[in-house]
Amino acid sequence: MAILEVQNLTKKFGGLTALNDVSFKVGEGQIHGLIGPNGAGKSTMFKNIAGFYTPTRGDILFEGKSITGQTPSRISMSGIVRTFQETTLFQEMTVFENVLVGTHNRSRTNIFSAIIGLDRLIQQQARTSAMQALEFMGLEDRKHQLASELPLGSQRALAIAIALVSKPKLMLMDEPFAGMNPEETRGMMQLTRKVRESGVTIVLVEHDMKAVMGLCDQLTVLNFGTLLAGGSPEQVRNNPDVINAYLGGSHQV
Amino acid sequence: MPGTVIRKTVAIGILFIALAILPHFLKYHHQDFLIFLVINVLVVVSYRLVTLTGEWSLIHAVMMGVGAYGSALLSKQAGLSFWISFPLAGGIAAIVAALLCFPLFRMTQFYFLIGSFAAGEAIRLSWIHFIKPFGGTSGISAIPSPELLDIDFLEPIPYFYLVLIIVTICLFLLFRIEKSRIGLTLHAVHWKASLAESIGVNTWNYRSLAFITGSFFVGLAGALKVHYIGTVTPKQFDIGFMVFILIWVIVGGYRTFYGAILGAVVLSVLDEMFREFNELRPAIYGAILIFSILYLPAGLESLPQRLKRVFGRKDRQMERT
Ligand SMILES: Nc1ncnc2c1ncn2[C@@H]1O[C@H](COP(=O)(O)OP(=O)(O)OP(=O)(O)O)[C@@H](O)[C@H]1O
Ligand SMILES: [Mg+2]
Repeated sequence: MAILEVQNLTKKFGGLTALNDVSFKVGEGQIHGLIGPNGAGKSTMFKNIAGFYTPTRGDILFEGKSITGQTPSRISMSGIVRTFQETTLFQEMTVFENVLVGTHNRSRTNIFSAIIGLDRLIQQQARTSAMQALEFMGLEDRKHQLASELPLGSQRALAIAIALVSKPKLMLMDEPFAGMNPEETRGMMQLTRKVRESGVTIVLVEHDMKAVMGLCDQLTVLNFGTLLAGGSPEQVRNNPDVINAYLGGSHQV
Repeated sequence: MPGTVIRKTVAIGILFIALAILPHFLKYHHQDFLIFLVINVLVVVSYRLVTLTGEWSLIHAVMMGVGAYGSALLSKQAGLSFWISFPLAGGIAAIVAALLCFPLFRMTQFYFLIGSFAAGEAIRLSWIHFIKPFGGTSGISAIPSPELLDIDFLEPIPYFYLVLIIVTICLFLLFRIEKSRIGLTLHAVHWKASLAESIGVNTWNYRSLAFITGSFFVGLAGALKVHYIGTVTPKQFDIGFMVFILIWVIVGGYRTFYGAILGAVVLSVLDEMFREFNELRPAIYGAILIFSILYLPAGLESLPQRLKRVFGRKDRQMERT
């Protein structure tokens, strides 16, 4: 069953059509790759799904229900969380605090119980799940460090930990491997698989083709805002249109 | 950890006792000064809560006035006792703030700053314009002072104790809010609104919450002030006073809880010391502001750490030679 269904999505910025009538489905429990050359509209697609942009036309269904045009916080509460292309963290907070903010959806509190301390149990749970997320991403030793002091690989891991602790059903990951060396990439791939095994469906935007081919069950290829191809990595790899789009066919996909 | 907690508790205890005996060594008008100083501490700390989300408003002084007018009218017109009109003053300021959230938080940053100023002026002008309840430019006078047993709250020392107790409780509550998860989320909204939204934080709600709560506490501060002075006028809460609040927070520093307090206390005391050089006071004040922005951009709160660094370096240099 499709957990996410994008139907005829169009997004225009003034005269520029960043996405043109794109449709695709993401199966539950999969790692679904969204690939394409620079400027193809991948990040724009994520921002539309996560509610940061409102689609010009088209519909987005999550678990069969339309979420088109809802606010980011609302969409996040229904179970979709995105990570950002540019590493985005609460730089001035500690690693632990970063993840603690991520528990917001799951353990709500109000100002009166926060003052009186009635929400102690909820707070305890929040801290426990924050700690679990850190352990899951292998960051427990760095929990008192400032986010801005982490090396790149750990920053990426932290970004995922923040997303993960909100217990999403669907995670949109925008270029999690960018700027990583092969070893960091391998570690991150491992973590991505682990996230999927914990029951989270993943849509992955990535330029690192080895990582994409190694991780993804299904692929959707965008080019200049239009849907170019879709299918298993094997099918996509042999699709002449795709080979053409990537550096006019000279590039080994 | 527990060591620092104990040390902090002791330090706060000593400070509290020192404050409690201080007025007995002061002249009459210095006792007045001390009362206003403690009230102003509540003003800056409640303002800090508003700025936690990164939005600096120019309406805080007016919200103080909303509480002040509210309590004045309730106690004079409706004949309520101070003990009822005082908490209601906070409630009224909070309600007015809640109504303002709808237009104001559609704006951010610069537009929010200007929008909040305009909204504040609109409220202030209605105090001047609607003479019926608000009394125009001369405001409302003969506001009754609190009544409790046989205590004479017209005298500065008893009123000072009242203010000290109430402000201490308010500071404690504000501190709890800031250190709670709600405070953490407010910081998060400030540092990276988009990331906060992506994990489900409704930034609009949190900005509103900070604004409403901050207004509640400054409304209380306003009531405290006018029940002592006995009169309330639109002039007390004009943009001039707002600028003072801003200066206190900027000079004190807005990264820590005590920074703003430090700013309000140090600048007010300096201001009081220069009272003799009356015509020079604005110039001195301005010079201090410029000096602190240039040489202490992170505020007075950063002073201890900077001193430590400077002296630490000297120590190390001496070791080497
Ligand atoms: N807010 C915006 N306003 C105007 N144009 C935009 C905006 N966001 C994206 N675009 C344009 O839309 C197109 C698609 O951009 P997008 O960021 O989605 O590409 P991408 O596939 O993520 O590329 P990359 O691989 O480089 O990250 C680009 O031409 C871009 O300039
Ligand atoms: Mg992109």
